[in-house]
Amino acid sequence: MAPFMFDLSILIPSVLNGLTTGAIYALIALGLTLIYGVLHIINFAHGAALMLALYGVYLLHTKMGISPYWALPILIPGMFFLGYALQKIVINRSSHGRDENILLVTLGISIVMENLALLFFKSDTQTIETSLTLAVVEIGPAFISTPKIIAFGGALVSSLVLYLLIAKTDLGRAIRAVSKEKDGARLMGIDVDHVYAMTFGIGLAALGAAACFLLPAYYVNPQVGSGFVLIAFTIVVLGGMGSFPGALLGGLLIGVVESIGGLYLGESLGQIGIFLIFILVLLFRPHGFFGAKA
Amino acid sequence: MKAFGLIGLFALVLGALPLLTDSGVHINFAMMALYAGLMGMAWNILAGFGGQFSFGHSLFFGFGAYVQIIAQLSWGINPWFAILLAIAASAAVGAFVGALSFRYGLRGSYFALVTLAFAEVARILALSVDITGGGVGLMLPLQTSAANMQFESKLGFFYLILFMVVIALLLTQWLKNSRVGAYLQAVRDNEDAARAAGVNPFRVKLSGIVLSGAMMGATGAFYVQVFQYVDPAIAFGPQSSVEALVAAIVGGLGTVWGPLLGALVLHTLSDVTRNLFGSLPGINMVIYGSVLVLIVMFLPRGIAGIGVSVKELWARSRS
Repeated sequence: MAPFMFDLSILIPSVLNGLTTGAIYALIALGLTLIYGVLHIINFAHGAALMLALYGVYLLHTKMGISPYWALPILIPGMFFLGYALQKIVINRSSHGRDENILLVTLGISIVMENLALLFFKSDTQTIETSLTLAVVEIGPAFISTPKIIAFGGALVSSLVLYLLIAKTDLGRAIRAVSKEKDGARLMGIDVDHVYAMTFGIGLAALGAAACFLLPAYYVNPQVGSGFVLIAFTIVVLGGMGSFPGALLGGLLIGVVESIGGLYLGESLGQIGIFLIFILVLLFRPHGFFGAKA
Repeated sequence: MKAFGLIGLFALVLGALPLLTDSGVHINFAMMALYAGLMGMAWNILAGFGGQFSFGHSLFFGFGAYVQIIAQLSWGINPWFAILLAIAASAAVGAFVGALSFRYGLRGSYFALVTLAFAEVARILALSVDITGGGVGLMLPLQTSAANMQFESKLGFFYLILFMVVIALLLTQWLKNSRVGAYLQAVRDNEDAARAAGVNPFRVKLSGIVLSGAMMGATGAFYVQVFQYVDPAIAFGPQSSVEALVAAIVGGLGTVWGPLLGALVLHTLSDVTRNLFGSLPGINMVIYGSVLVLIVMFLPRGIAGIGVSVKELWARSRS
């Protein structure tokens, strides 16, 4: 073992960087796990929707000069309506009683989104520059870029808001009722289709928030979603399908694993680590570590 | 016997196609439609008959493609022999993935996700090891001769893929009425009931994925011979997984002719758009994705399902 492996001045920045990415992963995974927990469907278009949101932030910044953080009040409702409409108009009508059909339809939606982006934006990778791009914050031996710190804080706050929304509001109560017992909820006068669409909308709104915090520290291209979607699935499966604390902890954990894995194994092999975790968890613990037994 | 006769007729008619047209465009169109049809047939074996939806069939496609090209480049093996190796290798990969996922009872969405993850691991591995040439990819030197499976005109490749499709049709037709096929469909319709009736779902699904993987590997090998190049994105990227799945679903799952029909429809659609708008990047996939959504929404049994519904209506109106 080379001595540098235990060198804290390398390890600590790596862990902190991993935590900041992990918080964003967690926010993305929260939307996915919410949709799964309530609708019992796997939204395969989650990554593509994130990609669209990132392009939204990018366009607002480059064409209209709106800073990514000021884009939050535009992106969150925008993504919410997209999600509401997708669920109500397309996804709700295509299950025909089979889960596979939902998977196929959301796959189809993601293919259309990704390739429309390819048509309009070409395959180039785009980044944006804000006044904070080069700023750093010193934490112990580590220098972390300010956009990443903001992303970390923003993702945690958004997750908290999401949690409160589900735990404390009437809408949240309706959502939880539908997720537990949809026929009973319907008998109590809850409009189940509306709740489904609201849930899908909220899941995508979380992506809108994630995109605003993510873009200043990251980049966008038409394929960017496919990387995130597999990571988000890994987190959701790891944390237990439908579990909020699971998604949060799983996100942070995967962020750190990826960061440290990349440090010692190189970036591409570090990614393999994530997929291997995913495959192993699916095979041996398909209900994750926090989820209830199905 | 009538069903096998139909396959013979199909082979004769398509075999005579070059007598009707000597336009390279037509031959190329027929070749690419048959190629996409073969992918759809591969996917259909596992999903249509076995009920297991894979999102990562490019795993088998990529193994077929890489074995085909590496066998020639590094081991000096003749391509006609290499394609057998390619098919065997993808069948073995199918056995590996199937043994793992079916042993641990992965079904439905979980199975789709795990196959996708396997394809993604293969893509990253292909990027990082030497034998695949990494991201640069591998090129097959041009040495035109039939012995080299590199034909002077597209006509040779057309007959090659026609031959492969006819074999796949015969296999599917056989499977449909065979004991294994019946078990496979029983597991698809109700795994617990099938188990109670004495079927071993694990073994049955395993044979499904092995056959499906072998067929998909054959298309990968064919791709390498036609385009003489492969890289990790072509081999293990989502394109071939999507093409296989959309062709099968559009045509009709669990039918013998559906995937070919679906591939024909999709290729006609993408040709028409290409003529209307020129070749834009991504436009093909936009069409594939939209057709997939529309078919699942409105025709969940695919185009072949229309025929079935008409037949049912006819039967009902007479009874």
